Amino acid sequence: MLETAHRAASRRHRRRGLGLLPGLLLGLLLTAVVGLVAVPAGAAPAACSPDAATACIQGTLRTSAGEPAVGVTFDVEGPAGTFQGVTNDAGQWSVAVTEAGEYTVTLDETTLPAGESLRDPAANPKTVQADLGRRPGALFALGDPAAAPAPSASASSSDGAGSGDSPESPAAPEAGAASEGGASGESAAAEGSGNNRILQLVVSGLVFGLLLALASVGANLIYGTTGLSNFAHGDLVTLGGLIAFTAVRTWGLPLWSAIIIATAGGMVAGWLLDAGIFAPLRRRGVGVTQQLIVTIGLALSMINLYLVLYGASPLPIVSSISERIDLGPVSLSQQTILSVVIAGVVLAAVALVLQRTRIGRATRAVSDNPPLAAASGIKVASIIRGVWVSSAGLASLGGVLMGLYLGSTRFNFGSVLLLLMFAAITLGGLGSPLGGLLGALVIGLVVELSTLVLPNDLRYASALVILIVVLLVRPQGILGRAQRIG
Amino acid sequence: MDFASLLTDVLREATGPTAIAYALAAIGLNIHFGLTGLINMGQAGFMLLGAYGFAISTIAGLPLVVAFLIAIGCAVVFALILGLPTLKLRGDYLAIVTIAAAEIIRFIGRSVGLNDLTGGSQGLLGNQFKYSFEGASPFADGLVAIGPISLQMNASNSWWLRIVGWGLVALACLIVFLLLRSPWGRVLKGIREDEDAVRALGKNVYTFKLQSLVLGGVFGAVGGIVISLASSVQPDSLGRPVTFNTWTILLLGGAATVFGPVLGSILFWAALVLVRGLMRGLIPPDVLSSTEIEPLGFVLVGITLVLLIVFRPQGILGDKKELAING
Amino acid sequence: MAEPIVTDAVNPDVVAARDALRGVAHTPGVAKPTPLLVADGVRRTFGGVNAVDVEHLEVQSNVITALIGPNGAGKTTFFNLMTGFDRPDAGSWTFDGKSLAGVPASRVSKSGMVRTFQLTKALSRMTVLENMRLGARDQVGEGMGAALLRPLWRKQEKEVTEKARDLLARFKLDTKESDFAGSLSGGQRKLLEMARALMSDPTLVMLDEPMAGVNPALTQSLLGHITALRDSGTSVLFVEHDMHMVRHISDWVVVMAEGKVVAEGPPKEVMDDQAVIDAYLGSHHDTDLGDDSLLEEESVISAEAMAELEAEEEAK
Ligand SMILES: Nc1ncnc2c1ncn2[C@@H]1O[C@H](COP(=O)(O)OP(=O)(O)O)[C@@H](O)[C@H]1O
Ligand SMILES: [Mg+2]
Repeated sequence: MLETAHRAASRRHRRRGLGLLPGLLLGLLLTAVVGLVAVPAGAAPAACSPDAATACIQGTLRTSAGEPAVGVTFDVEGPAGTFQGVTNDAGQWSVAVTEAGEYTVTLDETTLPAGESLRDPAANPKTVQADLGRRPGALFALGDPAAAPAPSASASSSDGAGSGDSPESPAAPEAGAASEGGASGESAAAEGSGNNRILQLVVSGLVFGLLLALASVGANLIYGTTGLSNFAHGDLVTLGGLIAFTAVRTWGLPLWSAIIIATAGGMVAGWLLDAGIFAPLRRRGVGVTQQLIVTIGLALSMINLYLVLYGASPLPIVSSISERIDLGPVSLSQQTILSVVIAGVVLAAVALVLQRTRIGRATRAVSDNPPLAAASGIKVASIIRGVWVSSAGLASLGGVLMGLYLGSTRFNFGSVLLLLMFAAITLGGLGSPLGGLLGALVIGLVVELSTLVLPNDLRYASALVILIVVLLVRPQGILGRAQRIG
Repeated sequence: MDFASLLTDVLREATGPTAIAYALAAIGLNIHFGLTGLINMGQAGFMLLGAYGFAISTIAGLPLVVAFLIAIGCAVVFALILGLPTLKLRGDYLAIVTIAAAEIIRFIGRSVGLNDLTGGSQGLLGNQFKYSFEGASPFADGLVAIGPISLQMNASNSWWLRIVGWGLVALACLIVFLLLRSPWGRVLKGIREDEDAVRALGKNVYTFKLQSLVLGGVFGAVGGIVISLASSVQPDSLGRPVTFNTWTILLLGGAATVFGPVLGSILFWAALVLVRGLMRGLIPPDVLSSTEIEPLGFVLVGITLVLLIVFRPQGILGDKKELAING
Repeated sequence: MAEPIVTDAVNPDVVAARDALRGVAHTPGVAKPTPLLVADGVRRTFGGVNAVDVEHLEVQSNVITALIGPNGAGKTTFFNLMTGFDRPDAGSWTFDGKSLAGVPASRVSKSGMVRTFQLTKALSRMTVLENMRLGARDQVGEGMGAALLRPLWRKQEKEVTEKARDLLARFKLDTKESDFAGSLSGGQRKLLEMARALMSDPTLVMLDEPMAGVNPALTQSLLGHITALRDSGTSVLFVEHDMHMVRHISDWVVVMAEGKVVAEGPPKEVMDDQAVIDAYLGSHHDTDLGDDSLLEEESVISAEAMAELEAEEEAK
């Protein structure tokens, strides 16, 4: 129905889209500015970029203390000849080879920093398969041979992080985040057995669900008022995390002000997105599907811009490990408790505004029936503008809190969560904010509790399976309404 | 900087297996979106399934044709599993369910538990399953130069793969051409415009949507096979960004046209390699390192997609008049 | 299909049906001599409100039946229920003697009951002719396999096209055949939707507000089309607010209010019934009011736009 209205309106407004461009650029600029003043993400690795004719054999070497191991030499031998690579300041090295095949990588142990040795000397040399256009990794772990076998996993994520043949820079690190960081913030502590472990998982699930609800409520409001599924919503979540990271770590501001700045930054981004792109598109009557594709373009740009500016490694917003507090049988970190309290208060405030205030009622009226709302004197355009601003602000805030809960943020942190947010919204019934909260709690619980029966790396998959199963049973979601025809 | 070699790279990429694979995937997406209006956000899942289906059955010792058919079978089954529950629902749900399902496939493929079958997150190396395809080549092995491009005749990223790949693209275009002018294609277009209207005319919309989803998914799976034959099966290299690129390609070339996806794919990859090559050649590495150039290319892709929708929603080959009707 | 429109050259079945209707009592839910559509206990609630609650209703074959009632009376919902676009909470109904409860919309249409929509559903980015062709039933080329083999369906396609052109000519849309349907004016889209519905030679056409948004200059010929339709053997059930039209062409009128059938009978009698006027038609009586004006696509367009559309239509 909304679309009909837009379409009709479009007959009147055939304006050119020139107004859109500044908005788009401004939006990107905003993120760029924030990013440029941020810490550059470690020194760049030795220049090698795979393309159709090149493969980059590479790796990252860390000392047993987790610091980059600088100046270590690697000899690489294979079909294309013999090469040598040296680790840079970030402990990264790479070698470009121009022929596919098996290569032998030998770490020159004499070049290791003083006091370091290979954890498993038998694993040197290593053989890797290099396919053109890829970045095969050759990873070595340093440390005491008896130490726990936990080589620096982050290095492996560079494998396939974009390549000429299958260029999906965000894909690989994303998967990395899903399996490394993910929702594991609290469940890592869930070592106890039996009931205690289940209880801890339930609590973690509820916490995760609550934060997910906060991060996703904006997407739900946008959907409700404009019918748009915003695929860039996850990247607005990331924006919050990155702004907070920059504020705390680069500008040295206290956490509370970082939270406020991140929220404000998100609101500005939301204003720019609507004023610069979506409002003009709506005025021109561009369909929701087309707008959805615009959000995909934005998502693609934003995530890659973050990658350029912040690099691929995890970015802890606060450096210190926060104290854990025991609450009966479960324990939570201070950061988590702070996040939960803020999320709870903000969500309650959102609910209150929607239910009790004039603006909230107007927003719900627009969700129900935009033409009717317009006819009854509600300024639909400004309501939608307000929804965009608050949606992005809430996403940003959610990003900071989620980052605090998970321990760190990352360039693709929000986009990994995007599907879980969509799942939460869809489960609850698209466009129903209360349903979204319920959906998010369900998703949080499923993600955490699934680890009881499934391997850890399938936790997100299990949430998505639940989504599909629920849609089978109750297509309109938990609290959604059926649609009207004719 | 060396422009001749950059242009050779551009030409190699624009005619290479990546462009072929994406063209096939975009042709499939065109059937979904351009013809039927289905918002499939999981085309990468179809590609990944095709690649797995082909590679795993070849590794299991099955002959080429059987492995090919199994790959297609996987896509058909996947389309049915996705479509049966969701195609009765509103369009938005299909988008969310397809993107979720594609991620599920990837998560499962890369999970440690399936290491023996899928190779986990490392994936399956090309050498394990390329032999049957390369063995089917009627040409003699060796390095062959055509124009500035010099490639192996049969191994990996080869002339043989390109010949077969472009043959498949041509076949796919022919099929789309025939379908587009048939009454079947007409029903799909009607569904794209307004499925209730089509239902009111006595067409079983559900069946048609299911057919569309299956057919487009099969083209995606074939694209996945091509990409796996060029390198390897890597679950993380067939994630969400692949779907997004495919959308860009489709809209660049022009949805609902026969050759739009093919043209879009060629231009997309040519432009990407060109832009990256120029950035690499013209910007000093201390300003922009090569690891930053890669994602920067995708920043441009994203902006292109936005600008396309804003300024030329019909793509290069689309009909302006037709598109203008909806806004 | 190509016979000229002569309203007076009445088909014997129509005469018989009209005669038979004369003997029918004017009470809600009364039985008809040869009913085509029979609904029993059909109820649909939205959030506790009964949108439709029809105890018994029979629609006589071979005549034009009008369904009237104030906005929100449940007319559109009733159409949706009968044609499988919505599911009732309770009730059963038969069409042509066969039960249609739970039958999906496409099968309802195939069985001969074809509807149009209050908000027109022209398939915008398809040409007018393609819109029409889509309406034809049982097309061989609609199979995915057969679609690839043109010889299998070339002949049928020709026949379908001829029929489409005939109908387009009758609705004065033949000059528009290769235009995109989206470029037509609101009224022309209504005509196209009606013509498209007729491509399948339905037994019963159900028109939801066929006149809304149609240029008054076209009204007369539209009435002609509908009566001609009846005379060629198609039964018609239509929803309309234009009381001229109801009075002028309907053989029988059913009044709905708050989901219930509250009156039925011949047009003159029903519309002069003071109770009906007061209680259900109120001020709408004899004013050409558009239904659901807020939901109407047209109402969103400014008055200026409306005038523009009208001018456009007049120019034709
Ligand atoms: N999908 C729906 N959801 C909620 N209420 C509905 C829906 N469809 C119709 N209604 C309500 O049912 C009643 C009947 O509507 P409708 O059938 O459109 O009336 P009419 O066509 O007679 O004007 C109205 O009160 C309307 O608001
Ligand atoms: Mg109505």
